[in-house]
Amino acid sequence: MSEADAARSWRRFDRRRRIGRFSAVLVALVAFAVSWRFLDMGVTNVETVPREIRDLLTRMYPPDLAYAPEIVDPLVETIHIAALGTLGALVLAVPVALLAAENTTPNAGTYWLGKLIVTVSRSVNTIVWALIFVVVFGSGPLAGAVAIAFRSVGFLGKLLGEEIEEIDFGQVEAVRAAGASSTQVLLYGVLPQVKPALVGLSVYRWDINVRDSTILGFVGAGGIGVQLFRAVNAFAWQSVATILIVILGVVLVSEGVSASARRMTR
Amino acid sequence: MATEERTWRRPTAFGRREFKWAGYLAVVGFFLWSAWGIGADPARIASGFGRGLTLLGDFFPPDATPRQARRIVDKMVESVAMAMISTVTGIALSVPVAFMAAENLSPRPLYYLNRGFISLSRALNAIIVAILVVKAVGLGPLAGIITITFKTVGFFAKLLAEDLEDIDMGSVDAVRATGASPVQTLAYGVVPQIIPRFAGLSVYRWDINIRTSTVVGIVGAGGIGSVLLTAFNRYSYQYVSAILVAIIAVVLVAEGVSAVVRRRYQ
Amino acid sequence: MTLDVTDLRKTYESGDEALKGVDLSVGGSETTAMIGPSGAGKSTFIRCINRLTEPTAGTVELDGTDLTALDDDGLRAARRDIGMIFQEYNLVERLTVMENVLTGRLGYVSAWRAFRRNFPPEDVERAYEILERVGLGDMENKRVDELSGGQRQRVGIARAVVQQPKILLVDEPTSSLDPETSNTVMRLLTEIAAEREVPVLINIHEVDLAVEHADRIVGLHDGEVVFEGLTSELDEGALDRVYRGGDPPASRDATAPGGSTAPGDSTAPGDSTAPGSPSRNGSDSTAADGTADDGSAGDRAVGNGVVSADGRAPDRSTSGGS
Repeated sequence: MSEADAARSWRRFDRRRRIGRFSAVLVALVAFAVSWRFLDMGVTNVETVPREIRDLLTRMYPPDLAYAPEIVDPLVETIHIAALGTLGALVLAVPVALLAAENTTPNAGTYWLGKLIVTVSRSVNTIVWALIFVVVFGSGPLAGAVAIAFRSVGFLGKLLGEEIEEIDFGQVEAVRAAGASSTQVLLYGVLPQVKPALVGLSVYRWDINVRDSTILGFVGAGGIGVQLFRAVNAFAWQSVATILIVILGVVLVSEGVSASARRMTR
Repeated sequence: MATEERTWRRPTAFGRREFKWAGYLAVVGFFLWSAWGIGADPARIASGFGRGLTLLGDFFPPDATPRQARRIVDKMVESVAMAMISTVTGIALSVPVAFMAAENLSPRPLYYLNRGFISLSRALNAIIVAILVVKAVGLGPLAGIITITFKTVGFFAKLLAEDLEDIDMGSVDAVRATGASPVQTLAYGVVPQIIPRFAGLSVYRWDINIRTSTVVGIVGAGGIGSVLLTAFNRYSYQYVSAILVAIIAVVLVAEGVSAVVRRRYQ
Repeated sequence: MTLDVTDLRKTYESGDEALKGVDLSVGGSETTAMIGPSGAGKSTFIRCINRLTEPTAGTVELDGTDLTALDDDGLRAARRDIGMIFQEYNLVERLTVMENVLTGRLGYVSAWRAFRRNFPPEDVERAYEILERVGLGDMENKRVDELSGGQRQRVGIARAVVQQPKILLVDEPTSSLDPETSNTVMRLLTEIAAEREVPVLINIHEVDLAVEHADRIVGLHDGEVVFEGLTSELDEGALDRVYRGGDPPASRDATAPGGSTAPGDSTAPGDSTAPGSPSRNGSDSTAADGTADDGSAGDRAVGNGVVSADGRAPDRSTSGGS
């Protein structure tokens, strides 16, 4: 072997990957610095933050447990909103998914219509949908449930559509070859194949919706957020703490229910 | 052949048909209760439908005066800048949290503390966090940054901690067996195992943060959300739809960038 | 009952001419086996009969009704009379055996009854009888994904037979099965068809299975019929034409297909299999046949809208493959 080989150097990554990684980190840091300058943040501004947060937390302690009975009704309302919103979304999402899946959509126009619905629904936040539906239905939980439904359609439509694109088309064909109608083909050829996904995704979205429906109250769309907003504005921090604890509990429970329900459907 | 015709019923997962019907009945009953609970009577929905069509008409076409347009751009840049900063700070903060929340690397009390922090961050919606932070540090983008950072830590530290728990302890032990210090063990035994997913998740979270940064302004935490709320309150719906179009555009661009980067990296 | 196919042609969007004018009649209660190398157009031909693949030209007449001229509703009604058995079984994996068999009766019940699995008692009784006939007597509540390959193909047969079809189309019924099961399935198929006096058209690439179970053989090469006759008439020369595109003897009026196709052309299955000895092809050619034949047909199928029952592909690029 030649002399040069003896002095081989070793680097963990080849040159291109190292440059790639380096520039990624660089871009992130530059973006960070530029943004910081743009927002005129300064440093003193940030220094006081830990103290202010600690202040707030101290005022929250101890939570006002006597307040708990007052939030039972809003809490139940929140759960209703999440449930109905998910149900509505599911009803709307099935046709949207059929449009947005390449193998079931009738033509290119309907395919793009499906994609458009999915995109708009997903890009607009729940609280913005709630602003819109409060104008439509007036203040109250109905607006909230519709907002939740409109937000969830995109999520369910997209994921369900992807699931439909994955199905074994041979099974669909066999049902069609027996002389089944379009509806029957959907019922026997498509539905059984996507049923686990359908159940799993709905339960998962319901879980997310429980969280989302806690904020609807800020724009007047019902749920526990109404109470929370009121307590915050009254600086009743101990009541706020109680509400937060309750929300945390509900969210954890719904997460557990959702996880075990998804495990059960195979 | 048997003279009597046999019947067949689909076997049910509930064991007995009575249970199945009871189950269905309970579900239907629950949804009816929900509908009643949120005041979803048909008359209200029907009148809302009419008003919805009117509102849709008011939305079109999206329109903004030059001044409004400039404001949209200004505040949109603010949103994006907030997202940039909080992604970097959030990821930076989530690394220590993740290590402390990994069952195999962290002592018990510290583990539970950090797990609790992660659960709290994930359970509370960004809007709720933003409201509290605004009360603590005042209106403006700083509140938004703190909110999004907090949410980022919850998301990121959880996934990172799970990755850390899944790492192959064999190779960690192997590095340690060569006499490496704890820091060296981390650098050579742990970090290489989690880096690939880390990069993908960062970009994914950045995408989510862009979405969040466009709404936290609704409760005063900076960004385009405040403009949206003002426009809603002034009933200038064409302006509203112009803002919504801008939000959807930015969200789509972020999603596209994130998807491309993740695909190229993996 | 007769099936008359006249000048059937299929050209795929890619420009592949899968069928170049095929004429064929099937009638009475005979079993006709269609043999040919992979890519010869066997699957396309079968699928064009019930228009899972839309033929480009030609007519398919079932008891005098031209299937190619039917609208959606007419086609659905016509498909009730055509039982089809697939290579990959194509059973709905997550449904029970009984539900899969009853799929064959969907053309006769409303969507609502189908949704509730509320089939007429005589349909259920018939399904039970057929399940017993194919040897799955107590399996009706098993989910299909729990069954073995042979059992699945029996369910496939039951599903087709419960339609009380006027003809059975069978597309490579054995290529996913081991040799022994293949034989049993073929025997079962031909026996049931004979009992019910239903003619059968089978696509099959295993020549010895075809010879053993069929009454008549049709040889397809490169989209054209190059042999048609009784099983006993299938000689080495005929096999040579079918599998190698060799020049036909003067006694046959079929024109030589792809005369330029030299022997040993890559489409011919298993060159190691001497064309003179009709032994079963190797498993590798089995696989090749399956993928190649289905590749063209299956790709198209993916593009079909479920909502349009006619099987016409929407004008989008197809995705996914089969």
